[in-house]
Amino acid sequence: MDRVWVLAETGEQGPTALTLELLTKARTLAPAVEAVAWGPGTASIAAALGEHGASRVYDVGDIGGRLPGAPVAGAIAALMRDGEQPDAVLIPASYDGRDVAGRLSAMLDRPVLTNVTGLAEQDGSVLTEHPIFGGTKILHARFTGEGPGIYVVRAKSFASEPAGGAAAEVIALPPVDAGPAGAATIVQRHVEEASGPKLDEAAVVVSGGRGLGSAESYALIEELSHLLHGAAGASRAIVDAGWVPYSHQVGQTGKTVKPTVYLACGISGATQHLVGMKGSKNIVAINKDREAPIFSVADLGIVGDVHKVLPALVEALKSRS
Amino acid sequence: MHVVVCVKQIPDPAVPGALDQVTHTLDRSGKLVMDDSDSYGVEMALQLAGNVEGSEVTLVSMAPGGETSGLRTALAMGAARAILVSDDALSGSDALSTAKALAAAIRRAEPDLVIAATESTDGYTGTLPVQLAELLGMPSVTFAKGVSTDGTTLEVERQTEAGYDEVTCPLPALVTVTAGVVEPRYPSFKGIMAAKSKPIDVLSLADLGIDPSDVGVRGAREEVVDVADAEARAGGEIVMDEGDGAARIVAFLEQLKVI
Ligand SMILES: Cc1cc2nc3c(=O)[nH]c(=O)nc-3n(C[C@H](O)[C@H](O)[C@H](O)COP(=O)(O)OP(=O)(O)OC[C@H]3O[C@@H](n4cnc5c(N)ncnc54)[C@H](O)[C@@H]3O)c2cc1C
Ligand SMILES: Nc1ncnc2c1ncn2[C@@H]1O[C@H](COP(=O)(O)O)[C@@H](O)[C@H]1O
Repeated sequence: MDRVWVLAETGEQGPTALTLELLTKARTLAPAVEAVAWGPGTASIAAALGEHGASRVYDVGDIGGRLPGAPVAGAIAALMRDGEQPDAVLIPASYDGRDVAGRLSAMLDRPVLTNVTGLAEQDGSVLTEHPIFGGTKILHARFTGEGPGIYVVRAKSFASEPAGGAAAEVIALPPVDAGPAGAATIVQRHVEEASGPKLDEAAVVVSGGRGLGSAESYALIEELSHLLHGAAGASRAIVDAGWVPYSHQVGQTGKTVKPTVYLACGISGATQHLVGMKGSKNIVAINKDREAPIFSVADLGIVGDVHKVLPALVEALKSRS
Repeated sequence: MHVVVCVKQIPDPAVPGALDQVTHTLDRSGKLVMDDSDSYGVEMALQLAGNVEGSEVTLVSMAPGGETSGLRTALAMGAARAILVSDDALSGSDALSTAKALAAAIRRAEPDLVIAATESTDGYTGTLPVQLAELLGMPSVTFAKGVSTDGTTLEVERQTEAGYDEVTCPLPALVTVTAGVVEPRYPSFKGIMAAKSKPIDVLSLADLGIDPSDVGVRGAREEVVDVADAEARAGGEIVMDEGDGAARIVAFLEQLKVI
């Protein structure tokens, strides 16, 4: 491969962690790495993108309050029609990233490989890795035929490392009119602020599941995560039930976490939960069912009642401090 | 308002999945059921249609062998009719090919609103609905945790990494819903009986004017190379709590120097 593009997302502190992970990986795949970004702040992230290996950043510009899927994919497709041809486009597995990937796929008439957790060149083609059956098996796939490969890559699949390059050259793209397809507009943003370390960055994550029995019991999870200077996570079951906001969800459709310690409390260990936390260095599980699948990944498993073990644990930790 | 809901029919997730040894694709030879993920879309459609006078709900599915059992479940919940795309040449279709087939069927139904799930239980590519929206030339709002419409404009609460956004767009549009969005109703006995006689339009590729070599295995431009066992985690220590569970965890955390 000669040229790889990375869709760069901008967060509050510059490019998102996943963006930098993708740039770092892209450097191992091709000599030319370039980014595509949107929003008013592209110039301000050019240094960080360059430092992680991007020589250029194509700037879609400010898209107003519109959802990025249609306008950003439209700008990328237009760039390709004008003769710029990457061999691969790496896209973060985020809400907006997935939207851009889906749109781009239909625009270019190229399929997408999603849930990618590994990329490696082999005999001139790129082999992807996808965890299946809760990560117990790894599927390898690749694109065939002409045209760029579109890859949607999961967070924390690769480490991010700076390469020390100069700031990426910013190339402003002409505005695109996404037409009716681009009509979805954000009118108001709501941020559900959690105190303490971020779920996907914390060294300790304490997660609760349906085994807690009620929304009130989640207070135990919060207290425990606080005592351990960690973050509080959740299974989808209790997010769907409305006990905790979605931003706490760990798993396939939630956050991917790889803390030093993950404590799963009253969580069965469904395959979709496991793919989001199986990479944790140490896993502790508390579940009253000895047969719960979570125990198959636990380094320490306590077969017991969360209503007994958790309060005792909170007391024990409090008495130490 | 005409609401079209995507309903994927999948192998029963309660039965452990098996991969075909040769093609590495999921074995879909058994009886299929409605993907639970789509029951939220069906419920959402019925509720939205109930709020806008003169609305109706149509289901659309692509499945092999003329399979309709999952569609009957969704019809029993209250949808009026269904469209099934079924053709041998579609077997082995990737998400984009599936989107093309579904788009051709949906276009004929002239919907105001198309609803899908954020991702399916068995395939979970999560890209199909947006591909579909692009093929239909519609705006899309993914990851909706709340949806309302007056039949002209769509208002969505869309999940984000940090919270949610309020998003608006004109109809026609496509929305993908998460599992938390509504509580799906159970089909009533009356509903189940009524579903037996509701119309299901079965369409082939020829009916849709799609070239069979564009879709299915022949149209696929990605291939599975192999499937390998993942590195297994070393077995841990599983103990019964005899009142010492908390102490054990404290000791474990100490040993890791987390506390
Ligand atoms: C497409 C798709 C995507 C999904 N994405 C995700 C995702 O991102 N994240 C996710 O988590 N899930 C996801 N799921 C859902 C997943 O399949 C499970 O339904 C969910 O993880 C179950 O949550 P749970 O473990 O809290 O609940 P349950 O499976 O109900 O487990 C509760 C557990 O608590 C135990 N228990 C009960 N009482 C007690 C007690 N007093 N003390 C101790 N233990 C007790 C029980 O033994 C049981 O093991 C997804 C599903 C689909 C179809
Ligand atoms: N064969 C199908 N028939 C109907 N709807 C489908 C089909 N495949 C996918 N969908 C819809 O698209 C969503 C996302 O699917 P996927 O891309 O497999 O994750 C599903 O949850 C369904 O709502």
